[in-house]
Amino acid sequence: MTIYFSKDHEWISVDGDVATIGITSYAQEQLGDVVYVELPETGKALSQGDEAAVVESVKAASEVYAPIDGEVVEANDALADEPAKVNEDPEGSAWFIKLKVGNADQLSDLMDEAAYKAYVETL
Amino acid sequence: MAETVTESALKQTPLHDLHVELGARMVPFAGYSMPVQYKAGILTEHLHTRAKAGLFDVSHMGQAILTGPDHETTARALETLTPSNFLELAPGRQRYTVLLNDEGGIIDDLMVTRPVSKDDDGKLLLVVNAARKEVDYAHFRSRLPENVTLDVVEDRALIAVQGPEAVAAVSAHAPAAAELSFMSAAPMEFDGIACHIARAGYTGEDGVEMSVPADAAQAIARTLLADERVEPVGLGARDSLRLEAGLCLYGHDIDETTSPVEGGITFCMQKRRRENGGFPGADRIRKELRDGPARVRVGLRLEGKAPAREGAEIALAGGDVIGTVTSGGFAPTVGAPIAMGYVPAGHAEPGTALEIIVRNRRLAAKVSGMPFVPNNYYRKP
Repeated sequence: MTIYFSKDHEWISVDGDVATIGITSYAQEQLGDVVYVELPETGKALSQGDEAAVVESVKAASEVYAPIDGEVVEANDALADEPAKVNEDPEGSAWFIKLKVGNADQLSDLMDEAAYKAYVETL
Repeated sequence: MAETVTESALKQTPLHDLHVELGARMVPFAGYSMPVQYKAGILTEHLHTRAKAGLFDVSHMGQAILTGPDHETTARALETLTPSNFLELAPGRQRYTVLLNDEGGIIDDLMVTRPVSKDDDGKLLLVVNAARKEVDYAHFRSRLPENVTLDVVEDRALIAVQGPEAVAAVSAHAPAAAELSFMSAAPMEFDGIACHIARAGYTGEDGVEMSVPADAAQAIARTLLADERVEPVGLGARDSLRLEAGLCLYGHDIDETTSPVEGGITFCMQKRRRENGGFPGADRIRKELRDGPARVRVGLRLEGKAPAREGAEIALAGGDVIGTVTSGGFAPTVGAPIAMGYVPAGHAEPGTALEIIVRNRRLAAKVSGMPFVPNNYYRKP
């Protein structure tokens, strides 16, 4: 299983033809206390760069973008009741959505963990 | 998600180094580099202020002094620019007011204190919003009579300590602070440092605002933060606290187009001024007092968990857009999203079912009385 990262601070972990997507630890730290997460309906078709979800902190709302094309096969509904999990375990149990991978070639547009780390260092 | 910000042109308050040392996230605000939050985060800082005491750097706000030959002259001069009664403001008392433009719109909202000492007769102390300093000062200078002058105070910081334990923490070093009643102020020493302390604030809690010498501000803040009841609190929680308290943020909830009647802040207009007028925009404001304003600021409670932010449209249930949210967000003490905004007067009754449009979805909301959280101001026993 390989994890990729976007410049918008999403992570995407691909297992076969299903990709799990969330926001990075750096992203949750920048957001601060998360109070609300809006997730897409199962079955929604997303293109790379589409708004996939919205995450709201006390201070502001931020969009989460689809790093690749795909169809939403599952949304993490637990986040509706416990949005603070995004702060506690952003790269684990607080994943946002699972996508049926639509275009695996787009993964090459993303960064691996080392490249993402280096990218965050520049911010 | 990250914002890149150039901090080079920003001004710093006397507490800047302390904020950085405490791990604050600094953001540009009204031309200053200010802490939006510390390590604890907005939620924790907010709840700590309601439970114990928060320390806020509000040194970016403008401190100024009006000086005339005697109280009557200075008070009358200020009354020509505001709808409040300053003539009968007692020594040591503080009053909230608004500077009005000729259309009855609000140029700024501010606190005015009449010094307690007879030696200061003819002076009124002002605290104005950071983003409005230059506008306010220019307005005063163009409108004041020749024998009343405006002096800007540049060598003092302003520290707010707010929360149920705030006065206990401050009075450990400035015992006279415990004697102040709500909306009163006095000069006093804090560990031997000459300060001017007012029992007031912007959170709905008991607490003080301390005008302190700039070069002693860090020492005073460090002393207070050494008290385990006191934690530093940034602008993020300052905003969520004042929103829960139903208090207006200038430039958002009130501005040059809104009158004090529309804004629901007529408590700043005392009886003599309402009856006699004699302030800018008096025709409009007195008509609104008599007939009711066309639109009015209301509180809104959302039914779900999604927050509605400034700029979101307010609509009738299943119907037309009737207004706009001017402030909104998650309310940590309420545990739900709240907002305030303007609606036509006919839809302002608490309990009225409305909708707020967020990302093209209509969220159910109800008009709510304000404050959203009961005030905890000090009342003398």
